[in-house]
Amino acid sequence: MSTSKAERYRADVLVCTCPACTKVGAPEVEQALVAEIERRSLAGEVRVVETGSRGFCSMGPVVLIQPEGILYCQVHSADVPELVEETLIKGRVVDRLAYEEPETHKAIPHYDEIPFYGKQMRVVLRNCGLINPQSIDEYIAVGGYQALGKVLTSMTPEEIIEEVKKSGLRGRGGAGFPTGRKWEFTHNASGDIKYLVANGDEGDPGAFMDRSLMEGDPHAILEGMTIGAYAIGAHEGYIYVRDEYPLALQNLSIAIEQAREYGLLGQDIFGSGFDFDVKIARGAGAFVCGEETALMASIEGHAGNPRPRPPYPAQSGLWGKPTNINNVKSWANIPVIINRGADWFNQVGTETSKGTMIFSLVGKVNNTGLVEVPMGITLRELIFDIGGGIRDGKQFKAVQTGGPSGGCIPAELLDMPVDYEHLKEAGSIVGSGGMIVMDENACMVDVSRYFLDFLTEESCGKCTPCREGIKQMLAILTRITEGEGEMADLAQLEALAHVVKNASLCGLGQTAPNPVLSTLRYFRDEYVAHIEDKKCPAGVCRALIRYTILEDACTGCGLCRRKCPQKAISGERKEPHTIDQALCIKCGVCFDVCRFDAVAVT
Amino acid sequence: MPKLKSLEELQKLRERLQHDIKARTETATTITVGMGTCGISAGAREVMQAILTELEARDIDAHVTTVGCIGMCSKEPLVDIQQGDEPRITYGNVTASMVPRLIEDHLINGNVVEEWVVGRVAG
Repeated sequence: MSTSKAERYRADVLVCTCPACTKVGAPEVEQALVAEIERRSLAGEVRVVETGSRGFCSMGPVVLIQPEGILYCQVHSADVPELVEETLIKGRVVDRLAYEEPETHKAIPHYDEIPFYGKQMRVVLRNCGLINPQSIDEYIAVGGYQALGKVLTSMTPEEIIEEVKKSGLRGRGGAGFPTGRKWEFTHNASGDIKYLVANGDEGDPGAFMDRSLMEGDPHAILEGMTIGAYAIGAHEGYIYVRDEYPLALQNLSIAIEQAREYGLLGQDIFGSGFDFDVKIARGAGAFVCGEETALMASIEGHAGNPRPRPPYPAQSGLWGKPTNINNVKSWANIPVIINRGADWFNQVGTETSKGTMIFSLVGKVNNTGLVEVPMGITLRELIFDIGGGIRDGKQFKAVQTGGPSGGCIPAELLDMPVDYEHLKEAGSIVGSGGMIVMDENACMVDVSRYFLDFLTEESCGKCTPCREGIKQMLAILTRITEGEGEMADLAQLEALAHVVKNASLCGLGQTAPNPVLSTLRYFRDEYVAHIEDKKCPAGVCRALIRYTILEDACTGCGLCRRKCPQKAISGERKEPHTIDQALCIKCGVCFDVCRFDAVAVT
Repeated sequence: MPKLKSLEELQKLRERLQHDIKARTETATTITVGMGTCGISAGAREVMQAILTELEARDIDAHVTTVGCIGMCSKEPLVDIQQGDEPRITYGNVTASMVPRLIEDHLINGNVVEEWVVGRVAG
């Protein structure tokens, strides 16, 4: 743990040890670096540091060399001797390990010049990938816990709440409720015992911003929570994390232990007389537990079912006491607001949405990963400048924002600014920041079916509109994708969607129809094609497509014949092959393996 | 680690810990040591160690980086010092024992040690 002796190194080699980089070999790279640095007698001057995610997840394992700011991507342990020799000894860049600009094939070795980072504004992720998350000393060295010290020694709870209100920060969990007002409700609620909760129950498929933050900068969350606790008058807090995030749990546990050891959690913090401590509540990984009342039920040891509001948690939350719940990203914003001031914070973003937002950019973009941008950036900048455009030169079709219950936004709205209001107007939500990019090969009917399938599984079943409504919508969508749909189904879908949206108990049901409603709004012709023409224009829905071999293009190589799991393809060597439609299960293997584009989907 | 009792104690601790991550923070001063084969065989590694020790002892903010051979092998070890927009000064035939004076005169007092200078590049 803490090194009391200050040491001077000329270079720090930062190795990202997030799960994505770990999976592709970061630990081996780290071991190789340590060994090579030892072998070249550089151990006294160069140090290897483990950090959280840098967000550039498609390029892992990533290694950042400071002070030069050289970023190496997809590093393999075999690259290490050259990296050490060239960069750490001779100070030269190894071009082949640098990020290569997809269009020009030019190597861009410096971290801050890569477009993926250039347009980002890292406020919440300020320390992720730059400090060792298991070291409280590194967090303190970059200015950590200064904000806590400031509020405890020079601000009243009312002044803090005023500052947070003035900053314009809105809840980063998705609903976007003004954070300062929420704090005020809990502060004003009567009762001696109040609780505070950090919601880290991230459940959207493809989203990992909360995880990366908890893994990469756990002290920022703890500091924000402690400031909030002082403002609200709480002495006990919980961080709710799903158990399937082992590294987040580990780093948070270490951070809590270290903060206690330094007296930054516990009794009489900074001699102010204020006491606060944090416990970790481990969740079983249910999507609905991201909803605040379900989350509290889960902490109390009950099944994770939501309950009607009011009473809101600010009046009656955990064990019936006033409780303030914010997303972990909201908490991590707090120290920045205190340190840099509300006036700085509310200059960033748009009229109604202040600050930055973290998106997990996934799907068919070149640079998948975690990006933090000022509110109000356009979808085009996000997907094309930062995300590097669509993979394999294909066309952009839609982007689904806000997780499974967000809406799909079409190409004509690419220049729309991203903030709470604009996304709502377009039929979607900011949500917790999921962003799934789809290309021309996506079938929008199938996409809505997929999300409703997820939501049917995750619905807790407590209220009828959500439990039965989503299920019926799914049944209709499935029928349409199987070619059994009728035009009347569309009106039925819309009617059901409105009931589910308006009558469901919690946010899960209230937002569940978004994928259906938005695709009906922007891609209605695809539904019509499935129903009237019995065709899937994108060639995805199996019941509506057939694979055929183009006689002119087929060379008779026999590859598809050998790969077909159903033995549905026949033909003589060097003669055009044919597919027996009666045997074909439409798995698409023939289409994928053909090197001559001789398999057509219709 | 005793508990922190006040904001002042936190700030003192921070000042001490900042040394530890100097390579990751902004600074206006860069010291570059030639670490080609020629530099290393002429003793650049010992010079580098001496620079790191001296910076630490005197608590100076500076980045130390390495470069390969610049071609002036007969003058190795070469050490360049650049501060802000000032010209980049190259010192030649540097030995570990020269380092304290280089740091003292050039970095602290702002006086270029003219007798050791072998090159100068506009900032």
